[in-house]
Amino acid sequence: MSGLVDALTAIVGAEGCLSRADEVFPYECDGLSLHAATPGAVVFPRDTSDVVRIVRACAEHGRSFVPRGAGTGLSGGALACDEAVVIECSRMNRVLEVNPEARWARVQPGLVNADLSRAVATHGLFYAPDPSSQLACTIGGNVAENSGGPHTLKYGTTTDHVLGLELVLSSGEVVRLGSACGVAPGYDLVGAVVGSEGTLGVVTEVTVNLEPIPEAIATLLGIFGDVVSACRAVGEIIRSGLVPAALEIMDRRTIEAVEASVYAAGLPRDAGAVLLIELDGPPPALERQRERIRAIAMAQGASRVDVARDADERERFWAARKGAFGAMGRLGPDLYVHDAVVPRAKLPEVIARVCEIGDRYGLKLSNVFHAGDGNLHPNISFDRRNPDELDRVLAAGDEILRTCVDAGGVITGEHGVGTEKRDFMELIFSEADFGAMKRLRRAFDPEQRSNPGKIFPSTRFCTEANPKARGYDRVPLREGEP
Amino acid sequence: MAETPSGLGALYERSLDCVHCGLCLSSCPTYVETGREASSPRGRIYLARGVAEGRISLGGVASEEFYACLGCRACETACPSGVRYGELLEEARAAVEREDARTGPARGIEWFALRRIVPHPVVLRAFVNLLGLAQRLRLDRLALPFLPAALRERHRLLPSVPSRLERRPLPPRIRAEGEPRGRVALLEGCVMPEFFGATNRATARVLARNGYDVVVPEAQGCCGALQAHAGDADTARSLLDRNCRAFLDAEVDAVVVNSAGCGAHLRGAGHWLPGEGDDLAERVRDIAEFLVEAGFRAPTGRIEARVCYDDPCHLLHGQGVKDAPRRLLESIPGVELIEHADAAACCGAAGIYNLTHPEMSQAVLARKLDALSAADPDIIATGNPGCLMQLAKGAAERGLRARVVHPIELLEEAYR
Repeated sequence: MSGLVDALTAIVGAEGCLSRADEVFPYECDGLSLHAATPGAVVFPRDTSDVVRIVRACAEHGRSFVPRGAGTGLSGGALACDEAVVIECSRMNRVLEVNPEARWARVQPGLVNADLSRAVATHGLFYAPDPSSQLACTIGGNVAENSGGPHTLKYGTTTDHVLGLELVLSSGEVVRLGSACGVAPGYDLVGAVVGSEGTLGVVTEVTVNLEPIPEAIATLLGIFGDVVSACRAVGEIIRSGLVPAALEIMDRRTIEAVEASVYAAGLPRDAGAVLLIELDGPPPALERQRERIRAIAMAQGASRVDVARDADERERFWAARKGAFGAMGRLGPDLYVHDAVVPRAKLPEVIARVCEIGDRYGLKLSNVFHAGDGNLHPNISFDRRNPDELDRVLAAGDEILRTCVDAGGVITGEHGVGTEKRDFMELIFSEADFGAMKRLRRAFDPEQRSNPGKIFPSTRFCTEANPKARGYDRVPLREGEP
Repeated sequence: MAETPSGLGALYERSLDCVHCGLCLSSCPTYVETGREASSPRGRIYLARGVAEGRISLGGVASEEFYACLGCRACETACPSGVRYGELLEEARAAVEREDARTGPARGIEWFALRRIVPHPVVLRAFVNLLGLAQRLRLDRLALPFLPAALRERHRLLPSVPSRLERRPLPPRIRAEGEPRGRVALLEGCVMPEFFGATNRATARVLARNGYDVVVPEAQGCCGALQAHAGDADTARSLLDRNCRAFLDAEVDAVVVNSAGCGAHLRGAGHWLPGEGDDLAERVRDIAEFLVEAGFRAPTGRIEARVCYDDPCHLLHGQGVKDAPRRLLESIPGVELIEHADAAACCGAAGIYNLTHPEMSQAVLARKLDALSAADPDIIATGNPGCLMQLAKGAAERGLRARVVHPIELLEEAYR
């Protein structure tokens, strides 16, 4: 390792290369803290040429590498399996070029998602994919996981917004895929790289298309007695032909957690569920759509439908929605955020099953999700120091995923497969399917040194990613201490 | 496996409040500057947890990072999970001090300034006298070439000492103008009377003008915030104890504070001294907050100026006071209040962080000055002594034309 560390230090300087045990310790996990693996080193490149030299040094030493953004991913995608070198992109965070006329921006991968929208707001533009972690997560991480967000319903996920990419292959070659004009002849390799979780190489530049800021926005809050009737309202709204910008549901446990937090927005604590509906477009159209949605929601059992009075209240609603995951930390020391997609029509029955599973395992399960897309996020709050509870969390998660697949759904909507779900991939793909995927991967990365251990079902026992093997039940405190 | 230092139970329990979501990252000045996980709130909490679990040692990165934190608590405003990061940080630092796990010049500076000078009014006064004399005779400049480079840089950051007249203490009692509406005590502070005597007098006058009898209990002293932040729990607790007695004996409706750092610390007094501390904490009000809550007399004097208000971290993030100072400023005829892009972020002063970590402090300050420079105000207003000094130095060196003042001074000016 020390030979490689010397080589890396020569590239990025001593300050840009961490290798001591306590220096790399905070990089042992990402947003999914149940899985952990200690990196061999962590390096901070400033530009593409740094990345090329880092990747070449790794090649010379036969070492794997893992690109990382802000470490907010929820599937262990930035986990450094095999003592890989973490290529931390946080210092590659510049907006390189904005073309307001053609509505695109060329950015470095470490740029924070929300900072991109902020940077182009003066041109009347914004970047549409808005994951809940958008205040921290990076465009590079969004590309790796094909991240979505509440506004995916109308605007699509990351893959619908990436026009071009610069990618450093594990050989050190730099390739440019796609084009800023949105049309690229031949294979859609941009499509292959978006969502590839860093397994095809290190993305060093992203060209994204930008959307004009809508003329007007209306945000409604439907108050329901239970989650299932809110889900039915979602089905009816879509069936009516309306295309809201977002349709989000939060259940009672989520509302309680958020209302106790700094992101409290005055959501009714006695509601069984709230449905957050956003419409955007020209004002006269919004007026009509608002009334239609109100009628549909009331017909499905809403006790009332509130409208955000101004931009402040609208922002508070969204801050509450986006702070919901973190707010769940109030319910227990640990949080397992699930992510699965089911056909919209199946939402009411699946959500009822999910709640039943949580109750049956005696777990604190809450739901906050992108209802319009059928993208569920059952969240389980727990304490990992309780081995029995941890067992139940894992078993319930397993059952939830199988329920979603049985309903015709898939095992992840936007968080990716990572280490977390690789063994569930067999639920939806065949050997032949995996064969095609693996051959594609080898075309980019023949030795599979770019982010090893992700996506594909594991053939070896990986202690690093097995929460039970890490001794979480070990109580670390001395006797007699509080 | 590293040995687990004792007494980390509470620290460990606190670290469990964090679910590792990362929403704090972009609010953290040191993370924004370095891009390093260990320099983020989430990373520092993870380090604390690692130490408590015996997985890493307390020395090395963990103790470096606990002290490299500005303690601005912007992460608390961003944290949906309700982690009380400020308290966690103080406990982590106290553990470092107990285990003697820190080395380097920063520790010496802190130890000397916070134990030997700041808490002792007589010593502090003598020190400031000496500094003032050296500055007047320009001895400090003469000595500069002979100082080591690190000290030369830090000398530049020391504030200029005001005249003796400015530094005279407040009288023990200031009577309300007209019929009294109530009786309040004023925290005079340790550094405030030495460097910002005018602000203290303005605060007392504004309170009197608004119908409050103001008492300045003689038994009060340094609040102990800086010592608490630095991990010196014993000194912090004894200073707080003294102030509890001084202010609770004064039998007042409120304890008014014009220094954000002191106010935030006194509001958390219950954490240090359950019972008495809670009694004190519940009476503490920031001056702007107190005036807005009580209703204040509209000023009639005009100040024609574009004013940028800059939030002190320990007012905004530590006490949740955002609007009140802006309301005071807006009430002044002629004042045009303009927001600047970086108002909610730390200025890098952070107690004596600017002396212990000058490089990071200057980098953090530079972002603030960029935003202020773009807004181009006539006046910059902020309500904390450290921020006032840091911004005044920074603005002067950047060549900004704005003067830097406490909001209460502008209000007092407009009352004349």
